[in-house]
Amino acid sequence: MVKLTGIYKGMRKGYGETLVELGKKYDNVVVLDADLSGSTQTAMFAKEFPDRFFNAGVAEQNMIGMAAGLATTGKIVFASSFAMFASGRAWEIIRNLVAYPKLNVKIVATHAGITVGEDGASHQTCEDIAIMRAIPNMVVIAPTDYYHTKNVIRAVSEYKGPVYVRMPRRDTEIIYESEEEASFEIGKGKVLVDGDDLTIIATGEEVPEALKAGEILKENGISAEIVEMATIKPIDEDIIKKSKDFVVTVEDHNIIGGLGGAVAEVIASNGLNKKLLRIGINDVFGRSGKADELLKHYGLDGESIAKRIMEEMKK
Amino acid sequence: MANNLEIKDLEKIARKVRYNIVKMVGLAKSGHPGGSLSATDIIVALYFKLMNYDPKNPYKKDRDRFVLSKGHAAPALYAVLAELGLIEEEELWKLRRLEGKLQGHPSMDTPGVEICTGSLGQGFSASVGMALGCRLDKLNNYVYVLLGDGECQEGIVWEAAMAAAHYKLDNLIAFIDRNKLQIDGCTEDVMSLGDLKAKFEAFGWDVFEIDGHNFEEIINTVEKAKSLKNGKPKMIIAHTIKGKGVSFMENNVSFHGKAPNEEQLKQALEELKYE
Repeated sequence: MVKLTGIYKGMRKGYGETLVELGKKYDNVVVLDADLSGSTQTAMFAKEFPDRFFNAGVAEQNMIGMAAGLATTGKIVFASSFAMFASGRAWEIIRNLVAYPKLNVKIVATHAGITVGEDGASHQTCEDIAIMRAIPNMVVIAPTDYYHTKNVIRAVSEYKGPVYVRMPRRDTEIIYESEEEASFEIGKGKVLVDGDDLTIIATGEEVPEALKAGEILKENGISAEIVEMATIKPIDEDIIKKSKDFVVTVEDHNIIGGLGGAVAEVIASNGLNKKLLRIGINDVFGRSGKADELLKHYGLDGESIAKRIMEEMKK
Repeated sequence: MANNLEIKDLEKIARKVRYNIVKMVGLAKSGHPGGSLSATDIIVALYFKLMNYDPKNPYKKDRDRFVLSKGHAAPALYAVLAELGLIEEEELWKLRRLEGKLQGHPSMDTPGVEICTGSLGQGFSASVGMALGCRLDKLNNYVYVLLGDGECQEGIVWEAAMAAAHYKLDNLIAFIDRNKLQIDGCTEDVMSLGDLKAKFEAFGWDVFEIDGHNFEEIINTVEKAKSLKNGKPKMIIAHTIKGKGVSFMENNVSFHGKAPNEEQLKQALEELKYE
């Protein structure tokens, strides 16, 4: 059971806490950061295990290079920075030094998407899912809330190989009542709410917004099935095949190449007779503002999502 | 490994390695002979004299590691790994071919390759991580890495240089194959490297300059670098000749990334003939 709890908590916090837990459990967990450990919350691990934490300074490319080298010596490596730099600045090093040799490096990027807010377009990564998804061997995940993040980080620590995890800066609404409820399995989507008229597939911080949209739709007599798609690659094809004939994807990411792109590929490749509406950032750069203002501005809050769906259904 | 080898034995091995480099690039009709030939003596000295490395147990945890950051010199590494018995010699003649196993640039699928390289600067960065990992495991070993001089134009090289000094990695010994040429011409014309020694010293490294074709100098300098347990990473700038060993390839920039034609191949193999 999921519900909008009205409690907001950072996925980053869940990440930091779980790193400490993993550090206690495994001697070979090491963590790297690029001068943002306070923001990414890897500082929690650094404080607890200073000998297994390596700050690369403001040098994301070398952070990933060092991560790869450490992985060749049998370490489970977590490397963190803001999504812009972790994915964009270091992309080619990730491709050639991490993904190609399938090394055990987890790139956990925070501050993804438009909701970075005030820092503006230079820091708002709405392309990371697309560019990470295009790399062979790479798993791409966006957790849903604080509790879910903990289970995602535990799962990726058990998985042998490269993983990219993205999460937002802001505290997001908790939708699971406990850690136990927030189950996660790599590659598996999850139906959170049953419905008859359409399927909303959402990822990351947009899952709570999709739930809000679902409630508004319900008040308007529309029954929406809501799917959490935390793993964008490999994507859960079965759950897409079983979706309603009208599918809406929702993500804080460019509609090109992200969740919307991935779902479109599954629908088209399988010849599924489904209409698809992709809600996300419409191939534009963002701008400065408060996170909730920006969500509204770009049509990514629950209310805007519901409105857009109802307009589309009238067509 | 076989530490009783004398310099004349190393010279003999290097001659065969050079012969095989030219032959494999010639048969592939593609590859980088110039920088492979300039790096040959350093790689031979490391594997056959200096490194704690058992080719029968190439993944032993406390082995010394070698990273060919200038991955385009793969033929030199492949010829050495073949000489050590890690690669079947027959594979050398299928270099860069779909039916072969050996990739144009080193991939981790090849036995003995510690990390895939080829995109310049990245192997150096990875070697810093390897040295950190070995130290965490309290291994008493060394990570060796070989860079090209043109490669030092990559920004990541200086990020990695800063990190190696910051983390006091005196278990990291780097070489620069200073052959003074890159694809587009002389390094100083394309993008001046200036005083590499002063630059690495300013980054906190111990720096040595040697003749990269003199086995005695290579060996003595590495031994000296190992004896300096002072928390500083070591850089050995090895002055070399691009295309070393083949008269018409020496200092000839056009053989950076070009294979010899049939006639040139014949002549080169004649020059490098070994018994």
